[in-house]
Amino acid sequence: MQLLMALFAGLVFGLGLIVSGMTDPSKVTGFLDLAGAWDPSLAFVMGGAIGVGLIAFRFARTRSQAMLGGPMQLPAARQIDRRLVLGGLTFGVGWGLAGYCPGPALASLSTGGSKPLIFTVAMLVGMAIFEIQDRLSQSPAKKTA
Amino acid sequence: MIDWAHFTPWTSLAGGVLIGAAAAMLLLLNGKIAGISGILGGLLRPSAGDIGWRVAFIAGLVAAPLLYQLAAPLPAVQIDAGTALLIVAGLLVGVGTRYGSGCTSGHGVCGLSRLSPRSMVATAAFMTAGFVTVFVVRHLIN
Repeated sequence: MQLLMALFAGLVFGLGLIVSGMTDPSKVTGFLDLAGAWDPSLAFVMGGAIGVGLIAFRFARTRSQAMLGGPMQLPAARQIDRRLVLGGLTFGVGWGLAGYCPGPALASLSTGGSKPLIFTVAMLVGMAIFEIQDRLSQSPAKKTA
Repeated sequence: MIDWAHFTPWTSLAGGVLIGAAAAMLLLLNGKIAGISGILGGLLRPSAGDIGWRVAFIAGLVAAPLLYQLAAPLPAVQIDAGTALLIVAGLLVGVGTRYGSGCTSGHGVCGLSRLSPRSMVATAAFMTAGFVTVFVVRHLIN
């Protein structure tokens, strides 16, 4: 049941990305182009998603268990550090260059031809680089240093 | 100047509500945050019992356009970036989202919905970098 609902949530999320226009990179860069012909549509995507999200997260705070069982896994990290800001900036540069962020790239994979596939493979390589770097920097030798 | 020809407030709002509804479902039913980079990146750090839901969610995301096509033709998309730029952009998005613990969905939708100060800072960072990048590429270089 949990797997089925995760699959269903993924489907609805993907349909939302398609309906909203997020799977069109030129629409995304049109939103990011404040100095050119600006397309404010993506602000409405954020508005719609956060409008529903605010209610859901408010309700989630009153629960300790998910409805299908298991704990509510809300992020515990609170610190605002260099890592958070530099990571966000790095992501933003890549987002602006191609007009893809992770969700829309995945939701374009099955029908979008080679371009979303190239982007997604590069993104996975980037994630793997982070993973390797992160494990090396947390190796016991360095932890005691 | 607003690009009225491409402005789609209603479908974008409707799509946003669907995205929010999907995030709400995953949160309330499964107890998980619908952050795409985190869900995908977590598969590179597999731990027992934490793989199935990630694969199922991503399978849904990947299958979404196939389902959409059953009802209507997919909206036209335009991808200006060539292969080299797609590779550079993908690498930056992969490293950046993992290093910064989230992307447009995890920080931008879920984090802001949680009123998390951390996500507000991250969202401000990636939005600013996105605005500056497009400005540099479109108005300074080209």
